[in-house]
Amino acid sequence: MLIPHPLLGLRDAQEFTYLGDARLIERPTSGDEAELADYVFQRDNPAGLHRELWFHEQGDRSWLVVTRNTLTHEILGAELARDVSLARKEGTA
Amino acid sequence: MTRLPGGLIDRSRTLSFTFDGKRYQGHPGDTLASALLANGVRLVGRSFKYHRPRGIVAAGSEEPNALVTLREGARAEPNTRATVAELYDGLVARSQNHVGPLNFDLLAVNDLLSPFFAAGFYYKTFMWPRAFWEKLYEPAIRRAAGLGELSELPDPDAYDRGYLHADLLVIGAGPAGLMAALAAGRAGARVILADEDFRLGGRLLAESDQVDGAPAVEWVDTVRAELESLPNVRILPRTVVFGVYDHGVFGAVERVSDHLATPGGAVRQTLWRITAKRAILAAGATERHIPFADNDRPGVMLAGAMRAYANRWAAAPGTAAPVAIFTNNDDGHRTASDLIARGVPVAAVIDARAGVQAQGEYRLMAGAQFVGTKGRLGLHSISVETSAGPETLSVGALGVAGGWNPNVHLASHHRGRPVWDADKLAFVPGAGGPEGLIAAGACAGQGSTAEALADGLRAAGEALAQLGLPAPTVPLPQAETRHDNVAPIWHVPGKRRAWVDFQNDVTVKDIALAHKENMRPVEHLKRWTTLGMATDQGKTANVTALAVMAELTGKSIPETGTTIFRPPYTGVSLGVLGGGDTGAHFRPRRLTPTHHWAKENGATFVEVGPWMRAQYFTRPGETHWRQSVDREVLAVRAGVGLCDVTTLGKVDVQGADAGVFLDRLYANAMASLKVGMVRYGLMLREDGIAYDDGTCARLAEDHYVVTTTTANAGPVYRNMEFARQCLWPELDVQLISTTDAWAQIAVAGPKSRDLLSRVVDDFDLSNEAFPFMACAPLTICGGLRARLFRISFSGELAYELAVPARYGHALMARLMEAGADMGVTPYGTEALGVMRIEKGHAAGAELNGQTTGQMLGLGRMVSKKKDAIGNVMSRRDGLAAETRILVGLQPVDAKDVVVPGSHLFDEGAPRDLDHDQGWITSACHSPHVGSSIGLGFLQNGADRMGEVITAANPLQGSEVALRVVPSHFVDPEGGRLRD
Repeated sequence: MLIPHPLLGLRDAQEFTYLGDARLIERPTSGDEAELADYVFQRDNPAGLHRELWFHEQGDRSWLVVTRNTLTHEILGAELARDVSLARKEGTA
Repeated sequence: MTRLPGGLIDRSRTLSFTFDGKRYQGHPGDTLASALLANGVRLVGRSFKYHRPRGIVAAGSEEPNALVTLREGARAEPNTRATVAELYDGLVARSQNHVGPLNFDLLAVNDLLSPFFAAGFYYKTFMWPRAFWEKLYEPAIRRAAGLGELSELPDPDAYDRGYLHADLLVIGAGPAGLMAALAAGRAGARVILADEDFRLGGRLLAESDQVDGAPAVEWVDTVRAELESLPNVRILPRTVVFGVYDHGVFGAVERVSDHLATPGGAVRQTLWRITAKRAILAAGATERHIPFADNDRPGVMLAGAMRAYANRWAAAPGTAAPVAIFTNNDDGHRTASDLIARGVPVAAVIDARAGVQAQGEYRLMAGAQFVGTKGRLGLHSISVETSAGPETLSVGALGVAGGWNPNVHLASHHRGRPVWDADKLAFVPGAGGPEGLIAAGACAGQGSTAEALADGLRAAGEALAQLGLPAPTVPLPQAETRHDNVAPIWHVPGKRRAWVDFQNDVTVKDIALAHKENMRPVEHLKRWTTLGMATDQGKTANVTALAVMAELTGKSIPETGTTIFRPPYTGVSLGVLGGGDTGAHFRPRRLTPTHHWAKENGATFVEVGPWMRAQYFTRPGETHWRQSVDREVLAVRAGVGLCDVTTLGKVDVQGADAGVFLDRLYANAMASLKVGMVRYGLMLREDGIAYDDGTCARLAEDHYVVTTTTANAGPVYRNMEFARQCLWPELDVQLISTTDAWAQIAVAGPKSRDLLSRVVDDFDLSNEAFPFMACAPLTICGGLRARLFRISFSGELAYELAVPARYGHALMARLMEAGADMGVTPYGTEALGVMRIEKGHAAGAELNGQTTGQMLGLGRMVSKKKDAIGNVMSRRDGLAAETRILVGLQPVDAKDVVVPGSHLFDEGAPRDLDHDQGWITSACHSPHVGSSIGLGFLQNGADRMGEVITAANPLQGSEVALRVVPSHFVDPEGGRLRD
């Protein structure tokens, strides 16, 4: 697989470490145990479009949010996770 | 050796080879199969299940029968298809799967027992008694049914892997592939042309066709010469593209030196990973046979293969006797004409279609029914039924022409579903399948030479347009157009067995049985009969089997199912997949800065993750590792020792928010740490389980250096980056892993301060100026930049001294020299481990991903005042109610040994899960205590000091009485650390 790194262009997936659902960015801050339990243990496993986290471990060490179709492995885009997280925080602030 | 005229073999040179010990001759350009046929060898092996005598069926990689063991000794390669083994001088081959000689296989008795071996017999027969399966049935079946045997010796050859990039990958160098490569090459595209054969041309090499009025081979050579001259085209002969992977990545194996006796310094094979923007699949087609009674005798071949052996290799089909052709289409007649042109006598063409005309000077039996064949070790006659009555013909070989199946294999990767072309009676690539892959030529159902050339050009035009390159300007050569006019005759019904899948011994009867037992969907059919599951993936069998099942169910072929193929297209050796990453190259090996010093000083090394660490240092006279380890431990506790601890992960954390950031990463507080001090830190996982531990040293307000365990150096850094980029990107903090940048040496023992005072530059080491848990940047040895940390893993007065990695070796040597008079002793991981157990420090065995801070006795470290990763979840009911806690364990009888992994029980309690009280994590011999000691997790451990419990080890059948003690065996008050 090839991942379109927003800074470095197309990179081989072997350079990356996979984590999973990009909702891991949305860590609850309430300190509520039930909310955290949901964050830690519950994941969607969609057949189709999925936003997921990949770490460019053998590269520039960016965390990316990659949008991938889990049925076809088509990759529709990749963003810096940092940008995604900042935008979310600005949106909720 | 008898040769026909013509052919693409080099008659100026003769090659000698042996098959089953007998010597034969061939020529360069031969395959093992063509040379065997030229030498009149028809019997080449025994079948998988029934041990039936078998001969060569095909002329390419689809060969189901002619599997041989090539080469000898460590290079012996079982299950090599003789049809693709390029002949070289001195080649040695052996037949497989027989007991006794090939022509008198003792296991041929299986053939007589065939009524018991029908489809599904494994599932039905060997059900009872259950215990017999593993001990009796399976070994016997495995011995009897099988392929070649491995040498079981290490592979002496080297393999490589490489990466290639292209605009266009063309798979197959027949007429369509050559045309496409030429068009794209001239248009300036970066092209890779790969073909599994050692000579470009594909099916053109096997035909008597003309292209532009000259023999097709001349056209092939002209195109090849031009492609070789183009700098933007790379030709990979002997290269099988075996699979399509995501985003235009293709796997290919180049057989670099398989055609040589030995690689002679070169690699044997190369695994290519080809990334191509577009690909053209020009993989050709595979002829199918028509099952009839006893159609598996040596001498019964595919007609197109027979034609290829005559035209390309100047080899008659292993016999001087006349041959016959059995066909359901016009292509069979073409074989007859070509054979006659080469001087092979044709007894008759038996055409299952009525009312067809002969296309040459041969006897035609139109509308005839095939009855059977005779000849146990080689065909000698066939029986045919015509309107005139039964007739027996004496023949030495029979060519069977059942129509051609497009090689849709790669197009059916990525969930591509081939579609049925009712006109051509074949599956062709359908919608879906790998993106950017265009099928062309015979594999797209465009099988005649004229169609293939035109389709190759069409595909190249399509690919070039998609790539934004100029349209091709290559004129289309003139060639013949033919139509096979295939009749839907899929098999000849009869009482005797008719083989569909030669390699796995599956017959029409087996398919009928599967139908009767309701194993009708093609997926069930396949698994019940094992059809198509042999090493050839049923290349010559699957479509025919589908047609037979369709006939039985009364449905159409597309209604019955389709055939798709998984990678690899042909077998790929594990050696080339390893690509040279074997032995010491299996993974990168990391050496510590003092590795060479340690090696010179008697170290034995141990693998710790990717690292090689000194385990202990053997001194003259020491004959057992325990002697060395005990000496090292006692030397540290009484004097001073040195240990390379570089492998611990180090992460440099800088920025105005470094303290806040670390506060959120560690369960305990870090922002409050004073500059110049170090604090032990515990990291939790978000689910509250203990994850990793280490130290945080604050070198400046905005600068920390944190350490991780050796094993978690990578993962912890990854998590820290996750926290920085994904969770708290608004914080001003930067990270870099400096594990490799700094060499770090532990200087431990009551004399460590004295030793250090001899190397530091004007630095006050007194307890007041540099107390326990202090840290500071400094210079040593007259100006060398260094960092000093007063931390202790051993429980003694101790320091860790870090210098730039390139000075690690020199520092070790200097400290040894400076401390010679005080008996300074290097120690390894073993002594390190003993001392940490004596001190009760947790390590990997305790931080095993199942334990909590509370269990480790560190529960109070988990702050309730702040939000840090895992802190909230660590307080959930299930974890908070956990009573198992880390304790020390000491045998009641000092001679007993504490065994890690043992489980703890009350004396006399049943040894089961309900009564399990905990387990032992670590143990060692403690020279300080004078006996074996251990650490473990014990229920209500804190309240059970002094109690005696039983450590049970059912695996070794041992039970030991242990006393529960505090986990600090050495200096429980910690005075030694602080003074």
